[in-house]
Amino acid sequence: MSHKDKEQLAGEANELMSKILSTGKQLSPKERLAIPAQEMPSQDPDKRRGNMSEVALGYTPEQTRLEAMRCLKCKTAPCIEGCPVRIDIPGFVSAAAEGNFQKSIDIIKKNSLLPAVCGRVCPQEVQCQLNCTVGKSLKSVDKAVSIGRIERFVADLERKSDKQETPAIKPQTGKKVAVIGSGPASITVAADVRREGHAVTMFEAFHKPGGVMMYGIPEFRLPKAIVEKEINTLKSMGVEIKTSFVVGRTRKLRDLIDKDGFDAVFIGTGAGLPKFMNIEGENLVGVYSANEFLTRVNLMRAYDRENADTPVAYSRKVVVLGGGNVAMDAARSAVRLGAQDVHLVYRRTEVEMPARIEEVRHAKEEGVIFHILENAKRILGDEKGHVKAMECLRYELGAPDDSGRRRPVEIRGSEFTMEVDTVIVAIGNDSNPLIKQTTPEMVTTKWGNIIVDENGKTSVDRVYAGGDIVLGAATVILAMGQGRTAAASINKLLAS
Amino acid sequence: MNKILEKKQLSNEVFRMKVHAPLIAEERKPGQFVIVQLDSDFGERIPLTIADANTAEGTITLIFQTVGKTTHNLADLNPGDAIQNLLGPLGRPTHIEKFGTVVCVGGGIGVAPLHPIAEGMKKAGNKMIIIMGARNKELLIMEDLMGKIADELIICTDDGSYGRKCLVTEPLKEICERVPKPDMAVAIGPPIMMKFCAQTTKPYNVPTVVSLNTIMIDGTGMCGGCRVTVGGKTKFVCVDGPEFDGHQVDFDNMMKRLGAYKNLEDKAHEKCHLEESMVKAKK
Repeated sequence: MSHKDKEQLAGEANELMSKILSTGKQLSPKERLAIPAQEMPSQDPDKRRGNMSEVALGYTPEQTRLEAMRCLKCKTAPCIEGCPVRIDIPGFVSAAAEGNFQKSIDIIKKNSLLPAVCGRVCPQEVQCQLNCTVGKSLKSVDKAVSIGRIERFVADLERKSDKQETPAIKPQTGKKVAVIGSGPASITVAADVRREGHAVTMFEAFHKPGGVMMYGIPEFRLPKAIVEKEINTLKSMGVEIKTSFVVGRTRKLRDLIDKDGFDAVFIGTGAGLPKFMNIEGENLVGVYSANEFLTRVNLMRAYDRENADTPVAYSRKVVVLGGGNVAMDAARSAVRLGAQDVHLVYRRTEVEMPARIEEVRHAKEEGVIFHILENAKRILGDEKGHVKAMECLRYELGAPDDSGRRRPVEIRGSEFTMEVDTVIVAIGNDSNPLIKQTTPEMVTTKWGNIIVDENGKTSVDRVYAGGDIVLGAATVILAMGQGRTAAASINKLLAS
Repeated sequence: MNKILEKKQLSNEVFRMKVHAPLIAEERKPGQFVIVQLDSDFGERIPLTIADANTAEGTITLIFQTVGKTTHNLADLNPGDAIQNLLGPLGRPTHIEKFGTVVCVGGGIGVAPLHPIAEGMKKAGNKMIIIMGARNKELLIMEDLMGKIADELIICTDDGSYGRKCLVTEPLKEICERVPKPDMAVAIGPPIMMKFCAQTTKPYNVPTVVSLNTIMIDGTGMCGGCRVTVGGKTKFVCVDGPEFDGHQVDFDNMMKRLGAYKNLEDKAHEKCHLEESMVKAKK
């Protein structure tokens, strides 16, 4: 795959843009469809393997306008249907096409609090862009209008301009809301509730707020400075953030209401209990959950071996188990830490992989070796208890299972061994048991996920929940959508 | 930020600190621990057991040994300084009830977390036999406090510089052979000591609780770095423990996992000492 650099892409866009502008005419739908889909400038794969900087570099203004001009402004706006927070997508895209970037971001911010984050990590190809008429006309979802990239550009422009305004806050109501966790769901609730004039305290167990955006998603996909900026906006709105505070242990959930006088509580504690495969050798030295590996690398900065106190193994041959975004993040982080070979083992095929297509492509470009229809059978250790190899089995696809995906079936006698020194298990999370353990009256599913009604309310009076603790492993935008719903319910409760 | 109010050096490598932490003081129960981090950007997060707490003062007491960079740097802090991040209380509290006779075994620094448990067991009406062990007299801590709780106190040192010259398992075995045998044992100390204590009590079927101190990051169940094999199943020390049935714990695996970063940790700790001596040399 040939890599086009940023300058080349910018040059092509500039040329096309002046051509279009010089005609001075409105574009016909046919002409719009003829504009080439704008490629995202990115760091050269060979270079980025050795650094933690962001891979995608962002559109130029011209690329943004050209991409936005591809939108056909269909009356039905099917893109909005695909958006969990129902952003006025044709509205902001059309403003961007005119070059009115401020108007564009203003439209987005009516519905989304974290556009710079969502523009980067939303799976647009299965949401807004899946329904895009342009993609349908060109018979490929890859050719849909890159709504996320336009969103990212206008969000970044505002962020860099320092014109970002603190949202208006209504007069103090005297009511208090506790928000547990500080990831995307919690950030949304904190902002929406604070805007109504209620006092908000956010509780985070880690030493830095931001949740999965800080500990999980790597710097090269979501720069931490962006997350910090969003947190600072919350602070400037008057949200109080208490770090190193784990509700359930430092303070019982009930005590927040009964003793501390909170009028409502939102639980957005995330997924947070890594699943393992229950195979032999899983507790050998060198086997990590993806959560542990990524937390060491991201939040604890283990990649900065000179300065960070938290170590991470000097791995040579790494295997990542799983096919989701977290698996890609772990594999690509391992590449950057200097591993010679990074393998990714997934028991279905690439079609079934839950990871975003872009993440899979980036991982491959960076040299991650994909093994599909294979799975770990056991992990073998040396005399010191360190991982030395992994025994795998080959699989084939059988009939569809409950998830609608074809069930992988193991091929008997197909065992083979891979020599590895590090195994990263990225097969998902169970729900964190802490709140449930210490709040017995909370009703959860048998997997420990909190059950909420359509308003985001739990079985406990005045307590709401959203994000991964309700959904299981989901996405930033779905968590935000749930936060929105819960915040609206809390605001309604407190208004009465 | 949690302010350090008092500091006392108990032995060459062991320090006691009283830290302002009113919420933790209020909630903590015997058996629980905290996570300490000294620098939000680059510091590591380490678990330390809570030795004591005072709800009226709003303080907790930490007792720790300087075994690595973070504990070394913590020991360098003084009253008036603050610990940047302190999270807790974490882990499930000890199950305390009236069992009858409880034998508590504390090895080295393990006496610190053992103390509140022994205190709780005593309050619950148990007859308390306490065995304390250390490499030598110098490293023995909290003898007076444990003496107050114990109906019978046995002290052993590896070199015989104080008390009996033996390992803690020797008196433990003698106690298990008594009629009636003890109803419960609690052993806290270095992993190797807990392993052999569990092995000692097993033939006598004396239920034995051990408290594990594994490598942790978040301490809330999120990372799984602390996992151990207990009865053939994977358990997380931070949310399922830190206390487990000593007869079920795979200590060999746990010790290997504890040593996962030993080389890097030793290098970092060595560097602390090197820098210290350089500073001294300059003066």
